[in-house]
Amino acid sequence: MAGNYSTQTLVVTIAHAELCKPDAQNAFKVRISIKTALGDNAYAWDANEEYLFRAMVAFAMRRYSSKSTTQISNVLLCNVTDRVSFWFVVTDSSKNVTTVPGSEVEAAIRMNRNRINNAFLLSDKTLQFLKITSTLSPPVEPSTPVWIIVFGVVLCLIVAGIIFLIFSGIQKHKKKNKESTERENLEEKVEVTLENGIPCEALDVKAGHINGVFAADDERFTSL
Amino acid sequence: MERLQEFLNLRQLPCGIGSGFLIPYLIMLIAEGMPLLYLELAVGQRMRQGSIGAWKIISPYLCGVGVASVVVSFFLSMYYNVINAWAFWYLFHSFQDPLPWATCPLNSNRTGYEEECEKTSPTQYFWYRQTLNISPSLEASGSVQWEQALCLTLAWLVVYLCILRGTASTGKVVYVTASLPYCVLIIYLIRGLTLHGAVNGLVYMFTPKLEQLSNPKTWISAATQIFFSLGLGFGSLIAFASYNEPSNNCQRHAVIVSLINSTTSIFASIVTFSIYGFKATFNYESCINKVILLLLNAFDLEEGSLTADNLNEMKDHLMATYPQEYAQLMPQIKNCSLEAELDTAVQGTGLAFIVYSEAIKNMEVPQLYSVLYFFMLLMLGIGSMLGNTAAILTPLTDSRVIASRFPKEVISGVVCFMNCIIGLIFTMEAGNYWFDIFNDYAATLSLLLIVLVETIAVCYIYGIRRFEKDLYTMIGCKPNWYWKIMWAFVSPLLIISLFIFYLTDYILTGTLQYQAWDATQGQLVTKDYPGYALAVIGLLVASSTMCIPLGALVTFIRKRLKRERVSTVA
Repeated sequence: MAGNYSTQTLVVTIAHAELCKPDAQNAFKVRISIKTALGDNAYAWDANEEYLFRAMVAFAMRRYSSKSTTQISNVLLCNVTDRVSFWFVVTDSSKNVTTVPGSEVEAAIRMNRNRINNAFLLSDKTLQFLKITSTLSPPVEPSTPVWIIVFGVVLCLIVAGIIFLIFSGIQKHKKKNKESTERENLEEKVEVTLENGIPCEALDVKAGHINGVFAADDERFTSL
Repeated sequence: MERLQEFLNLRQLPCGIGSGFLIPYLIMLIAEGMPLLYLELAVGQRMRQGSIGAWKIISPYLCGVGVASVVVSFFLSMYYNVINAWAFWYLFHSFQDPLPWATCPLNSNRTGYEEECEKTSPTQYFWYRQTLNISPSLEASGSVQWEQALCLTLAWLVVYLCILRGTASTGKVVYVTASLPYCVLIIYLIRGLTLHGAVNGLVYMFTPKLEQLSNPKTWISAATQIFFSLGLGFGSLIAFASYNEPSNNCQRHAVIVSLINSTTSIFASIVTFSIYGFKATFNYESCINKVILLLLNAFDLEEGSLTADNLNEMKDHLMATYPQEYAQLMPQIKNCSLEAELDTAVQGTGLAFIVYSEAIKNMEVPQLYSVLYFFMLLMLGIGSMLGNTAAILTPLTDSRVIASRFPKEVISGVVCFMNCIIGLIFTMEAGNYWFDIFNDYAATLSLLLIVLVETIAVCYIYGIRRFEKDLYTMIGCKPNWYWKIMWAFVSPLLIISLFIFYLTDYILTGTLQYQAWDATQGQLVTKDYPGYALAVIGLLVASSTMCIPLGALVTFIRKRLKRERVSTVA
């Protein structure tokens, strides 16, 4: 009886070693970075955590295929390192010593990725399934890009300012024109005799009038 | 005086300042900046005319100098507003969470990030792809980017709004555009100095680099920076000084303005370098963390066993223990160096956007700092544009032919509209390459030549003794030996040597090259300019420098004709 039991365990162990090894068929490598994710609140990776992991994978398989046949004992872990990284496979309990195809496992994990991450307080980056790519969520984009809204606001302000300044300039110009025509009408009444653009009263007939254009000529040109 | 000071504060262009730049900058300020500033102010105040008229008085053969200044201002106004368009673009995009340059966009089937973005960083991707949509070379012009065109139109509308009513109203706007950047700089100074790793940047800034000091390009860019920030050679200083009272003490003003200018520049560069230090430290630490993660994953080591401190010993240990696997990993392990991060080139307008946006995205509340920074950039840029457009509009509005027929609103409108249309070239896919051409060649050589001719004209053609006497009559004190030596010997010699360096550098390298963005590699590659681009460069430089000899030639011919007419009449 005891011999039977030990043979059975031996068979299971050998099967375990056969199915779960690095780069085995349908095996996936997992890498966990607890300290990066949680810093001081990091927990240690021990057998309990491994048990939770196997439970989560079993849960994912059950949810995906909606068959209640996957047991926690079907999920095999091996080669756990200090990094914390390890390989796992999911065995098929209906068929002997075979593993569930990798595509099914991948699809199951993808579907339940969020739940698995949250069970360990980790994220897609800190709980990595090395061959399973995660779908990145696109950033939230509003229907109109924000920059066009700001641009529109600034543009309207500037154009309003320009139009205002132009109109006030035109109005000032019109007012000045009206004033100057009025002043001209007044000035025409007073007549002044002009000689060469200089009013005659200002001229000193004896002393003459110095023409400023020629006076400073000496200084303006460099001496030869 | 206040108008002059306001105007001079306009000239604070936010160009990147390289490390060890302080020494060439200060030397150029003392040797070129202050003496030439005093010279131009004195000339304007004495001759009481704008730049074209003032040089005609000194010698009728020099009328070309004023024209050359106007041509340079015209080129500058054509391309400079594109910087404001970019600043608007970044400003409008700062109202999002997260900032669009913080993360890469996803690729089409949502399995990872955009390929181009993966190869380079999200900030560079945002600049080269989403802002510029840059083409791989100058020849592939591509189409006009409507988003950039809109921002450029907006930038020109803002400029038009400010200059609409003439230089009187511009003065009031300048109060705002000149004082706001100081407020933002102070906020950034406090934020910058408290950032992690800022000290590294400051140490880097204050240590002089001998290789950079021996490179003539550093000195040339220091000189150009001084000319730009003080507004020398553009003719605007002479125009503004001509409105001053003849007894105005321009010597004191020149010294005060130069000192204010240089203190502001040093202040701005302290802020800049503390932010560079933060960015470099952040990138260095991310690089180290990436290497640590790579090693942890490859060798399945426990988390936390590799830290930044023991990384090197652990690397050696791993290399010894697992030589084969380590050899396989070797190409992926990057050598992280803080110096290399700090050295990543600190020049060019594009890099100013990339580096700052990268630093900002890592701060807390990045939206606030981003809005503040790009708003400040806008204020500075608009301020410079106002000075430029004023320099172009003054001769236009002064000339009776044009001013009598059209009101100044129409003239300003036409100038802005034409510049906007020309500026659409810079919004095309290859636009940034054309922008670099204008930025590098439109103003640098011409300014040097104009300033050289100005100094030589005043010292040797007008006569330094006559100038001394004029200054004595105006302000009551003679310029001391420092000014005289600088005007007569040091400044012209320095400029001539800069010219020689420039030309020998060009002759030695043979052809001119530019940096093109390669989307497949995710980095810049060097390419040669095609023939027509070289022709444009030649045209840019020639059209402003040739004004001076052409002006002399035209005056000479006119005098000859007049003399002949007089002799035939007599």
